[in-house]
Amino acid sequence: MKKPIVTNDYDSSIGSLKNYITGFLLALILTLLAYFLVTQKIYTSYNQIIAIISGLAIVQLFVQLIFFLHLGRESKPRWNVTVFVFAALVVVIIIVGSIWIMNNLNYNMNHSDSKIIKDELIH
Amino acid sequence: MIGKLSLEAFKHDQIVMFGVMSMIGAGLLAVILLTVFKKWKWLYKEWLTTLDPKKIGIMYIFVAILMLLKGISDAGLMRIQQATSSGASEGIMSATHFQQIFSAHGTTMIFFVAMGLMFGLINLIVPLQIGARDVAFPLVNAISFWLFVAGMLLINTSLAIGEFSAAGWLAYPPLSELAYSPGVGVDYWIWALQIAGIGSLLSGVNFITTILRMRCPGMKLMRMPLFCWSVLGSMTLVVSAFPILTVTLALLALDRYMGMHFFTSSFGGNPMMYVNLIWAWGHPEVYILILPAFGVFSEVVATFSKKRLFGYKYMVYAIIAITVLSYLVWLHHFFTMGAGANVNAFFGVMTMIIAIPTGVKVFNWLFTMYRGRVKFSVPMMWFLGFIFTFTIGGVTGVIMAVPPVDFQLHNSLFLVAHFHNMIIGGVVFGYLAAINYWFPKFFGFKLNERLGKLSFYFWIVGFATAFIPLYILGIMGATRRLNHYDASLGWQSLFIVAAFGALLIVIGIALLVAQIIVSVIKRKQNIDYNGDPWDARNLEWSTASPVPFYNFAVLPEVHDRNAWWDAKHKKHKIAEPTVYDKIVLPKNTSIGFLIGVLAFMIGFGLVWHITWLAAAPFIVIVCLLIYRSNQENTEYTVPMSVIERIEKANKLKAQAS
Amino acid sequence: MNDNAIVIPSDKVSIEKENTNKTLFGFWLYLMTDCVLFAALFACYAVLHGNTFGGPKGSDIFSMPYILAETLLLLTSSFTCGIAMLYARKNQKKIVLYALIATFILGLSFLTMELHEFRSLVIDGHSWRQSAFLSSYFTLVGTHGLHITIGLFWMVVVSYQIYKKGLKEFSIKRLALLSLFWHFLDIIWIFIFTVVYLMGVV
Repeated sequence: MKKPIVTNDYDSSIGSLKNYITGFLLALILTLLAYFLVTQKIYTSYNQIIAIISGLAIVQLFVQLIFFLHLGRESKPRWNVTVFVFAALVVVIIIVGSIWIMNNLNYNMNHSDSKIIKDELIH
Repeated sequence: MIGKLSLEAFKHDQIVMFGVMSMIGAGLLAVILLTVFKKWKWLYKEWLTTLDPKKIGIMYIFVAILMLLKGISDAGLMRIQQATSSGASEGIMSATHFQQIFSAHGTTMIFFVAMGLMFGLINLIVPLQIGARDVAFPLVNAISFWLFVAGMLLINTSLAIGEFSAAGWLAYPPLSELAYSPGVGVDYWIWALQIAGIGSLLSGVNFITTILRMRCPGMKLMRMPLFCWSVLGSMTLVVSAFPILTVTLALLALDRYMGMHFFTSSFGGNPMMYVNLIWAWGHPEVYILILPAFGVFSEVVATFSKKRLFGYKYMVYAIIAITVLSYLVWLHHFFTMGAGANVNAFFGVMTMIIAIPTGVKVFNWLFTMYRGRVKFSVPMMWFLGFIFTFTIGGVTGVIMAVPPVDFQLHNSLFLVAHFHNMIIGGVVFGYLAAINYWFPKFFGFKLNERLGKLSFYFWIVGFATAFIPLYILGIMGATRRLNHYDASLGWQSLFIVAAFGALLIVIGIALLVAQIIVSVIKRKQNIDYNGDPWDARNLEWSTASPVPFYNFAVLPEVHDRNAWWDAKHKKHKIAEPTVYDKIVLPKNTSIGFLIGVLAFMIGFGLVWHITWLAAAPFIVIVCLLIYRSNQENTEYTVPMSVIERIEKANKLKAQAS
Repeated sequence: MNDNAIVIPSDKVSIEKENTNKTLFGFWLYLMTDCVLFAALFACYAVLHGNTFGGPKGSDIFSMPYILAETLLLLTSSFTCGIAMLYARKNQKKIVLYALIATFILGLSFLTMELHEFRSLVIDGHSWRQSAFLSSYFTLVGTHGLHITIGLFWMVVVSYQIYKKGLKEFSIKRLALLSLFWHFLDIIWIFIFTVVYLMGVV
C-alpha cells in the first residue's frame, strides 16, 4: 500500500568489516608511500614530488570517502554526493582563486623580481 | 575582574546620548506595557520559548524593522553631515563619530535588516509552500534566531557602552588591527557578526534539509514554488560562503587578541588577503540577499497577473546559474588592488556574464504580465518599482565591471549609488512587497492599501532623489565616506538634494509603520475570511488566515505546479479530509532563548576582555546541549479535539464571507 | 526520479528512521560547511606560508617521524570508530564500547602529541606571534586540534549514553553523527599532513 520512502537508507550503506579493513590498509599504504618518498628524497624535481604527493592525498581522500564514509552507496536521489561535489567545487575555487589572485597582486609591487619590471622594462 | 571596562565607556556626545536614551526609552516602554497588560507569561509561552517557525519568522521581521529604524537614523545623520560640511563648516559631528556612523549603518542594514527580513520570510513561507508542518530542525531554528538577537543586542550595546568600529562595514586591516584601532569598536563588530553568522549558517543547513527532505507527496522539485527554489539557491550560498566569513573574522580576532600576524602590516602579514577573503564571502552574501527577493517577485507577478509564471524551467536554471556564478566574480570588489590584467579581465568578464541570468528572469516576469489580468495592488507596485530601479542599478554594475572604468569609479559615490540601487531597489522593495503580500496570511487581515501605496511613492521618489545626485557626484570625483569637502568643488547643492531624498525615504518608512498601526486598528474592516485574499496559486493560500499552528490538518498531495490554483479550478481537487492526520509537534523550550542570552554575555565578555564572562556562559551552553541530548520527550501529539475545533471554526469563518 | 513515491511515514519505526536519515543529511551538510572553513584556512596557509619574516620555516621545525606517528594514530582511530559504527548496527553493545574506548585513547594520544609539539615550539620562541607563517600554521593545525578536542568530549558523552541507555535508535543516530565527524577529521588531516608537513620539508 504505502511505497517505501525515497530517502537515503543508511542501513544498506553501512558496509562490512571487509570494507573497513580494506580502507584502512589502503589508507595506510598511501600514507607511508607519501612519507617515504618525501623523507627518503626519492624524486627528481620539486614539481614532480608535489604532484605525486598531491595525487596520493586525493586518492586517499576517495579511499576514506568510499570505505569509511560510504559515499555514493545510498539509494537515489544522491543528495549527499551532490552536496559533496558542490562543496568540493567551492573549496577548489577558494584555494586556487586565492593563490592565483594573491600571487598576482605582487604584479604592481616594486620588488626587484616583480613581473611588472620585466614587462615594462623598468630599470 | 571587569577587563577593559571602565566608567569612560559610558561617556558619549549629545547625538549618541540621544540615541541611547531613545533605545532605553523604547525598552522601558515595552516593559511597562507588558506589566500593565499582564503579558509576561504570554510573552514567555508564546514567543520566547516557541519552536513554531511562523512565530520565529514574525520575530525576525519585528527585530529587522526595529533595526531599520536605527539604520535609517544613521543614514539621515550622514546625509545631514554631508549636506552641511562644505568649506568652513565642519558639519554636525566629528570625523570619528562620522566614521562610526557609516560603519554602523552598513553593518546594521546588511546583517540585521536585510538578513533579518530574509530569514523571517523564509521561516514563514517555506514550510507552508512545500506542504510541511515544520522545518527540519526546529530547535536549531530557534537557536539561530536567538543568536541573531544576541548579535543585534551587541551592536546596540556598543552605542551605550564603549564605541563602535570606525573601520567601515567590512573593517579592512591594517586600520582594523589593534595598532590602528586599539579601542573596543572593532571587537564589537567582530563578535556581533561572528555570533549572528553562526545563526545564519545553522539556518542554511536547516532550510536546505527542509526543502530537500520535507516536501509533501507529489511535490517534485520541478513542481516547487519558485520562492522555494530561490531559497534553496540562497541557502546553498549561505552554507558555502558563511564559513569564509567565520574564518576571516576569527583571523582578525586572533591578530587583535593573540598577537598573530595574518593581516598586520609587518611580520609577514598580508592585509590584502583579508580583502580577498572577506569579498569571497561578501559577493555571495549579496546574492544570498537578492535571490529570495527574486523569488518573492515570481510569486507576486504570477498572482497579480492571474497567470502562470512564464518560463518556470528557465527561471529555475537562472537561479542555479546565479548561485554557481556568484562564486566566480568576487575580485570585482577590488579591481584596483593591484592584480594584473589577466586576473582583472577574467573577473570582469565573469561579472558581465552573471548579469545574463538575472536578465532572463526580468524578461520572464514581464512576459508573465503580458496578456495577464494585471491588478496594481501594493505588492505589484513594489514589483514595478523594482523593475525600473534594479535594472538601472544592474546596468551601472555592468559599467563598473569593466576594470578600466572601475579604476575611475571604485569607492566613489557612483559605487555607493550602485549598490544602494541594488539593495534598496531589489532587496528592500522585494521584502516590502512580501510583507504586503503575505501579511493577511499570518494575521488574518489585509494591510491598508492606501497607506501602502503612499509609502511606496515616498520610497521610490525618495530613492531617486537621494541617489541620482550620488551617481553624478561619483562621476565628478567624490569618494565615499567623506565627512567634509572643499566648498570650491560645487558639490554641496547635490548633497542637499540627496539629503532631501533621504528625508522622503524616512517618511516612506514612517508611512510603513503607520500602515501597520492603522491596519491593526481597522482590522475588522479588512478581515481575510477564506485565507485566499488575492486568489493566489500556491499551497500556503490553501490554509486559513491566520494559519493554524499545525499548518495543515491533512498533508496535501500535489500533482502539478500551482497546486492551489489547480485545486480551486478543479483540475486536481484537494479532497475534503474525512480523517485528520495524527500530528506530532515539538514542545516549547527555553533553550534557544537561553543560548541567545548566554551568547550575548560571551560576546560582551570577549569585547571587554572579561575572561570569566566569556568563559562561564560557554560552559553553561555546553551543559545545556548535553542536557537537551538526554531529553527523550521533546515532542507532543496534538489532541484531535483541538484540530477539529480549529478546522470547524475556520470553515465557519470562510462561509461567513 | 519517481517522486510519486514520496510518502510520509506513519508508523513509529519508519518515522524514527526518517528522522535519523534527515539528521544525518543535515549533519553531512554541516560537515561540508566545515570543509569550506578549512579551505579558507588552507588558502591562508598557502598564501602566507612563505612569509617567515626571518624566523624558521617548515623544514626547520617539523620532525617527520613524530608527525608520521600522529598520522598513524589518527588513521587507526578512524578505523576503530568505523568498527564501533558497524557493530552498533549489529546491536553488539560491548564491542561498540570497546571500539569507542580505543578510538578515544588513540585520539587523545594524537592530541597530546600535537599539544606537546605546540608547547615545544612556543618554549623555543617560535610562537604564533613570530611571523605570518607561524600564525597560519598554528591556526590551521590548531583548528583541527580544536575539532578533535570537541570530538573527544562528544565521544565521552555518547559512550556514556550508550553505556547507560543501550543501543536504541537515537543512540545509534548520535553515534552515526559522531563517526561522520571523526572520519571527516581524519580526511582533513590527510591534507594537513600532505600540504603542511610533507610539502613543508620537500
